[in-house]
Amino acid sequence: MTATTPAGWLLVVALVLPVAGMLLAFVLGGRAAERLALLLLGLGVGVGVAVSAAVLRMGAPIVYLPGGWAPPLGLALVADGVAAAMLLTTALVLFAVALFGRAAHATPPDQAETRAALAYWCFLLALAGSLAAAFLGGDLFNLFVALEMLTFAALSLACLEGKPSQFRSELRYLLFALIGSVLYLLGTALLYGGYGTLDFRLLAGRTRADLPTLLAAALMTAGLAAKMALFPLHLWLPPAHAGAPPAASALLSGLVVKAAFVLLLRVWIWVLPPLPAMAAAPLLAALGAAAILVGSLVALRQARLKLLVAYSTVAQIGYLFLMLPLVLSGAAETASHAWLGGLLQAGSHAFAKAAMFLAAGLIATALGHDRVTALGGAGQAVPRAVFAFGLAGLSLMGIPPSGGFTAKWLLLTSALGDGQWWWAAVILGGGLLTGGYVYRVLAGTIAAPPGDAPRPRPLPHGPQNVALGLALISVALGLLPLASFGLVQIGRPGALGALP
Amino acid sequence: MSGPVLYGLLGAALVALGLFGLVVQAAVLRKILAFNLLGGGVFLLFGVVARRTAPAGLAADPVPQAMVITGIVVAFAATALAVAMALRMYQITAAVTVSPPPDAQAGDA
Repeated sequence: MTATTPAGWLLVVALVLPVAGMLLAFVLGGRAAERLALLLLGLGVGVGVAVSAAVLRMGAPIVYLPGGWAPPLGLALVADGVAAAMLLTTALVLFAVALFGRAAHATPPDQAETRAALAYWCFLLALAGSLAAAFLGGDLFNLFVALEMLTFAALSLACLEGKPSQFRSELRYLLFALIGSVLYLLGTALLYGGYGTLDFRLLAGRTRADLPTLLAAALMTAGLAAKMALFPLHLWLPPAHAGAPPAASALLSGLVVKAAFVLLLRVWIWVLPPLPAMAAAPLLAALGAAAILVGSLVALRQARLKLLVAYSTVAQIGYLFLMLPLVLSGAAETASHAWLGGLLQAGSHAFAKAAMFLAAGLIATALGHDRVTALGGAGQAVPRAVFAFGLAGLSLMGIPPSGGFTAKWLLLTSALGDGQWWWAAVILGGGLLTGGYVYRVLAGTIAAPPGDAPRPRPLPHGPQNVALGLALISVALGLLPLASFGLVQIGRPGALGALP
Repeated sequence: MSGPVLYGLLGAALVALGLFGLVVQAAVLRKILAFNLLGGGVFLLFGVVARRTAPAGLAADPVPQAMVITGIVVAFAATALAVAMALRMYQITAAVTVSPPPDAQAGDA
């Protein structure tokens, strides 16, 4: 547990590649930055596969101790099943978004380099590095630093166009994120005062249910909930995610909130003692249920396509919280199903939502606006983007076969199996509402354009294919047999060796 | 009253003041100042923790002190970014708050 394992060096590669690449890209300038970012993000997919394969082969978390210093003094890098799975998901989405961004930020040989393009490629690499740090960090304070770097990188990507409305909504996002991280930091101070370490694997099983620990957990949970935009702290998310350029929206909604989610799991499943966690989990899940219903209902009423997709993120994040009471209080089999369901929801939502935001961006470019009531003609102008939107919608609704279906079905059956049927009702209701707003968009796009509207502009296939590819991955997750997801159970406290 | 208790209470007061300011103040610059007050309170608490968990023979545990240094760097970077954004927002829109304008729904595409 306290030594570097074989293949531990892979974790160093996963961190160093994007960070070194970002520094180098900044120095070398626009054209080189583009090539470097595409190369390194492509390599990142390979590293993600290698880390996942190593964790699967070992059947145990892989660990690297920088400098050979063991916790509590050293800061370990740990890749357990969750970290490896999220690292791979992140690498795939980031590479896809990089390919998508070539349409807007490529610098052809006959053009001058622009600041926006350089910033895009540098911050893309910065985002990759900070996401890797957030998934692989073994120390709660290190995770705080990773979360802050992530906010800075994501924010800079979101403000790339420099529109007035962007500054307002992204600044509001920054303020929420800062409150969240400072509350989280206060929690880590209390935990360190109590136990003298912040390594979550050392803390697991050692924490007591005393006042400082519970206060620390409450502060950290509140901070992370603000960062994840859990209802009722969700108001910053829709303008911030909808106002950003499509590539940044896809990353913010698909990946950045998931990093805070992984930290939340670290706090709840590893650090918190089981009894108080079990008692408090239904409260978080109830907020998640409210997020599903309110987010979906508000999404149904949105007039702008990108805001509709952003409110859908608020709703889909709610599903992630439903897993907590099921994992904590369920029997061993229920818990492992709910755990897999929750993580599959995180993964399939990352692919589906990234695809949806990219598709929404293409539809808006083709039509010149993104009013939901006037989407007619988009189906002819950007058919692949509309198809990608529909496929991603299937996954969000939970219609088989899709990753979203498997995720929601696992959560549903574990809720019923554990006698907590009310969560099942919320999952089903949320699916219906999701169907409503996805239908609203799809029906609009295949209608004929209004007679007086300007003709939609057909767009090249490249970016549309990227959105379609992401949507297809999100669907394909549902075609894999459940046993192939054994990876995510590795390293979970209380996990049985047996797979479902 | 012993030193750590005094500093602990001081830190708690700063945290409370900072949170209050962050929630109540409308102007972005005041919010950023409140965030720094809040951060200062948290760093003070780290100092108290360092004193309380001091190993024998040392005045304070160096690990929380190292964390405070890192934390200050992060808070400084966050403040710089927030101030730069607030300044740019003011230059473009002459707005000093982040509350959405009344016509947010009909805003630019």
